[in-house]
Amino acid sequence: MKNSSPQSLTFFQRNSQRISQIVIVTILILLTLPIIVGYAWLIIRSFSEDITHGFIPTKLTLKNWRFLWQEMKGYPNIWHTTLNTFLLALGVMGIEIAVTSMGGYMLSRYDFPGRSAILKFILVLHAFPAISLMVAIFYVLWNIGLLDKLWGIILLKASLEIPWGTWIMKGFYDGVPWELEWAGLVDGYGRMKVWSRIMLPLVKPGMAVTAIFAFLSGWSEFIFVYTFIFSQKTWTLSRYVMGIIGDYRFADYGLLAAVGLFYVIPTIIFFFFVSKYMIKLTIGGVKG
Amino acid sequence: MMVLVAIFFAAPVVLTVVLSFTSMDYSFEWNFVGLMNFKDLVGDYLMPKILANTLIYTFSTLTLFNVGTALLLSLLTTSISDRLGDFFRSLWMLPRLTPSVVYGLLWLWIFDPTKYGFINNFRSFFGLPPQDWLHTSPMLMVVMANGFIGASMGMLIFTAAIKAIPVDYFRAAMIDGASWFTIVRRITLPLIKWQILFVTAYQTLSLLTSYEYILIITDGGPVFRTEVLALYTYHTAFSNFQFGYGATLSLILVGIGVITALVYLKLFGFEALMSKPRIEVD
Repeated sequence: MKNSSPQSLTFFQRNSQRISQIVIVTILILLTLPIIVGYAWLIIRSFSEDITHGFIPTKLTLKNWRFLWQEMKGYPNIWHTTLNTFLLALGVMGIEIAVTSMGGYMLSRYDFPGRSAILKFILVLHAFPAISLMVAIFYVLWNIGLLDKLWGIILLKASLEIPWGTWIMKGFYDGVPWELEWAGLVDGYGRMKVWSRIMLPLVKPGMAVTAIFAFLSGWSEFIFVYTFIFSQKTWTLSRYVMGIIGDYRFADYGLLAAVGLFYVIPTIIFFFFVSKYMIKLTIGGVKG
Repeated sequence: MMVLVAIFFAAPVVLTVVLSFTSMDYSFEWNFVGLMNFKDLVGDYLMPKILANTLIYTFSTLTLFNVGTALLLSLLTTSISDRLGDFFRSLWMLPRLTPSVVYGLLWLWIFDPTKYGFINNFRSFFGLPPQDWLHTSPMLMVVMANGFIGASMGMLIFTAAIKAIPVDYFRAAMIDGASWFTIVRRITLPLIKWQILFVTAYQTLSLLTSYEYILIITDGGPVFRTEVLALYTYHTAFSNFQFGYGATLSLILVGIGVITALVYLKLFGFEALMSKPRIEVD
């Protein structure tokens, strides 16, 4: 390469392609720095006694993780709280998958009266932000006796996400060719069997993605838990971490980092799968 | 399915409207007071401050991050190899998936007023004293925290749009000797115009109603300096337990949202706006 370029070209002209690449990557790293720095700190700080120069641990320790084996004063048991969080995430995921996998199929394949009305309704509901409904939701939960109950949050969270989840699943069903269904019908399957035997396996990737997003959104839920849950035995991790931030913010960053990192572990595990899918999703395109 | 959505979604919409004409508090009694809440609203001495905050917060987050940084990221990541580009784009997705309290914690640390905070630690290398960022620039904190999440949606949509542009256009421009900036300005930007308009409109509405990260990071403080309308609504209802007035504020918030949406629709053209979005990230 180098030898073939004419001598009259300067160093910058010969390597312009590579130099511009390096410049671009440098700018990207600088832009992304707060994200990189933040997560690196979270991991490093949770295992160190103290840190100097931003990132260098003075001494490694597990003391920050003490909340796992001893109860923090004034806080519920961490494993009980984790179980609550897990149940919330699982509940939201279960309901959402069950409803959207059927609802999406109906909207995609059946031409029932009111179909287009429902499709429009879903879009309108999506435009209605949850904040504008908080007061009324509080009243509804109180009225049906689900205030301060995990079930209340599960049902609430799932129903707020079902409309859009159905829309997304409809997109996946739309992508499956009609012919596959015809083949099933010709061979004597009923409509339900076509759905369960032929269609469901084909939209599995869509279901997996919907499931992971539902799980993560249930796992991360903060506002509803913070507002509609009062008793400590129903707390989830987001409420726990919020409490710890309030009480230990200036006193013990090690503890904060450890609790935060503990909470974010499932997110990081799923992140590698989901992020890859999310950035590909736009290229393949989910049909609206 | 419809029952669930009706209970938790449709019913609250109706309830909010009815509640706004009552003075309900935590005793849950229905006291209809007519238009009193709306009169209170006009006389609310905090209102000008809060509306100004909302405007500053929405506008700066939108221009600097949700559209600005998003555009920059998509332009830069599509100019390098796909693998590296995907890597950076994934990194930007991380904040969106992280639980909000943990993400908030990261910013609390970055802007910590003591020498342990990241920025203050960095300043100490140059012999500068630690600064109390919460009091000097609280709005900057919430704008940055929200911006680093908001930028990823625009980034994905713009990236998809840029990748959909036929490569021939770029090749032709390069043969003609056009620089990177000329290509961006003359070819890329005009071709992804609709996506930019869509993200602008959509994110304005999202930002108007977003308050979760502000609640975690500054809780509207110090002294209402970061209190936006959505957060004020929340505080009215759940810190002061004025459910009636809270519902009224919600209505105002929705009203502002609807008006903004209508203005955008008028400005950009209805049909084009509805047909463009192909992906939902939020």
